[in-house]
Amino acid sequence: MTDITDLGVAEIRDGFRGGAFSAREVAEAFNDAVAGSDALNCFIVKTPEKALEAADEADRALAAGEAKPLSGVPLGIKDLFCTKGVQSTAASHILEGFVPPYESTVSGNLLEAGAGMLGKLNMDQFAMGSSNETSYFGNVVSPWRRNDGGNTPMSPGGSSGGTSSAIAAHIVPAATGTDTGGSIRQPAAFTGICGMKPTYGRCSRYGMVAFASSLDQAGPMARSVKDCAILLEAMAGYDAKDSTSLNEPVPHWEAGLSGDLKGKKIGIPKEYRVDDMPEEIDALWKQGVEWMRDAGAEIVDVSLPHTKYALPAYYIIAPAEASANLARYDGVRYGLRETPDGANLQEMYAATRAAGFGDEVKRRIMIGTYVLSAGFYDAYFTQATKVRTLIARDFDQAWDSCDYLLTPTAPSAAFGLGDLSDDPIAMYLNDVFTVPSSLAGLPAIAVPGGLSKQGLPLGLQIIGKALDEQGVMNAGLAMEDRAGFTARAEKWW
Amino acid sequence: MHFTRLQQRRGDASRAAMSVDTQTVLRIASLARIAMSEEEAERLKPELNNILGWVEQLGEVDTSGVEPLAAVIANHTRMRDDVVTDGDKRDDILANAPVAEHGFFAVPKVIE
Repeated sequence: MTDITDLGVAEIRDGFRGGAFSAREVAEAFNDAVAGSDALNCFIVKTPEKALEAADEADRALAAGEAKPLSGVPLGIKDLFCTKGVQSTAASHILEGFVPPYESTVSGNLLEAGAGMLGKLNMDQFAMGSSNETSYFGNVVSPWRRNDGGNTPMSPGGSSGGTSSAIAAHIVPAATGTDTGGSIRQPAAFTGICGMKPTYGRCSRYGMVAFASSLDQAGPMARSVKDCAILLEAMAGYDAKDSTSLNEPVPHWEAGLSGDLKGKKIGIPKEYRVDDMPEEIDALWKQGVEWMRDAGAEIVDVSLPHTKYALPAYYIIAPAEASANLARYDGVRYGLRETPDGANLQEMYAATRAAGFGDEVKRRIMIGTYVLSAGFYDAYFTQATKVRTLIARDFDQAWDSCDYLLTPTAPSAAFGLGDLSDDPIAMYLNDVFTVPSSLAGLPAIAVPGGLSKQGLPLGLQIIGKALDEQGVMNAGLAMEDRAGFTARAEKWW
Repeated sequence: MHFTRLQQRRGDASRAAMSVDTQTVLRIASLARIAMSEEEAERLKPELNNILGWVEQLGEVDTSGVEPLAAVIANHTRMRDDVVTDGDKRDDILANAPVAEHGFFAVPKVIE
């Protein structure tokens, strides 16, 4: 029999229902994989008992003819989601020890659909980072290594780096991610897996630790497009607890999957051809165009003229929202408190926040505070939100001539841990292809396309119209079918 | 008229951004309620100036007549019935407090 940990969500679900194995066998296999994964540092908290509890309930439900959509499937949950009774820190010191008395809507939806929880996945602190080097609980290491025989630890991308590393290493079959400017898609690309950011508002933000509320969106990460469709169906849906939640029916995305792109037009945005793009990324992009043609699509050139301003606009808007959202960490209601001898209330706040936030988080709070401060608000923040309007308008105009956009996911393959950590702006540039669609709230999927010369995964991205997750996943499926990406990291951990 | 004023202010911001000094860094830290030594502010200063210098390029985009984007996806603010739907959770709410006394969050003395 094949190793259960090599199976994806659909295979586990179907094998469990068909009686090939019990949910308990599945949970035990993955619990063992989790227990043996410490060298990757994917988990902040492991919850084998939760996985077993859900598995036993799944076995009971199946026998009683009451199996649910995700019965028998154990998942990882990114630590940005509050999980009732299980520590939730957003990988920060300031929330260390915080045990939510409630469940986030997204993780609750998955559990309600019968899934089990293997543990809380490591990430960049408060989802701020592109390499998973800002976690208070240490770097996550990618299972991938360069093919030069060396053992340089590679970045799994960020901020959903625990998620991407664990899925690529077959430690979890799939998991939740969150994406503010690329935090699902870039780590998916770095580790050779799929990651889907749905339309802003599809998944409730209730109980998801807030970074930049106008951008934050939960989504699935898995080893296939189909598995992403299955998970997203369970995660999404209207929630009265989130005022930006969209009151739209959740389509049957899995049932609607089709890789036939006849009659569809794929736009190639010329502004995404950035300077210094590695030749192998460009080559993969061209390959992607051929795959889309082969699937029946027509290829058209499009222009998104304000693309170059997306990153600077993002690095005003996201820190501004973060500085407001993170004001709640004050040492009073939850988490860390630092009270120096004789400190008054204001000094207690300041000491708590100095001790509780990491460098990148402080940097972004400082930038956000500055751009929102008196005298600078219009010049920075208002200007950035106007540029955001122009970026969204660029996409609207592109949809006049195409159905989807095809772009690379990230401007390079994974880099080594430490390679970019001294240069914030170089780090920010990782999200050059993912930030524009985030600013416009559009759905987008990252799909693995091939390997770099150094043997590291490279990804392609499909961006679609608002609420057209089905189309985005269909185009992703057409690509997945043709890329035939089966490479996996050799086990060294 | 409004546009000119905005340009003017942007110009001011530009000059300020290129010259965020240690005192300004300390002032921002104080606004953000993050305790910071002069040495830390000194270290942060060039990082902030780099980032602010980089985002300056937004100033070159002509945004006259463009409305700021408030909601990415058209959505309606919903009304709900004006009834209590939540509450009676004091112990849950206090459960994670670093210090709670007599059913309240406790903080250092505020009034002398």
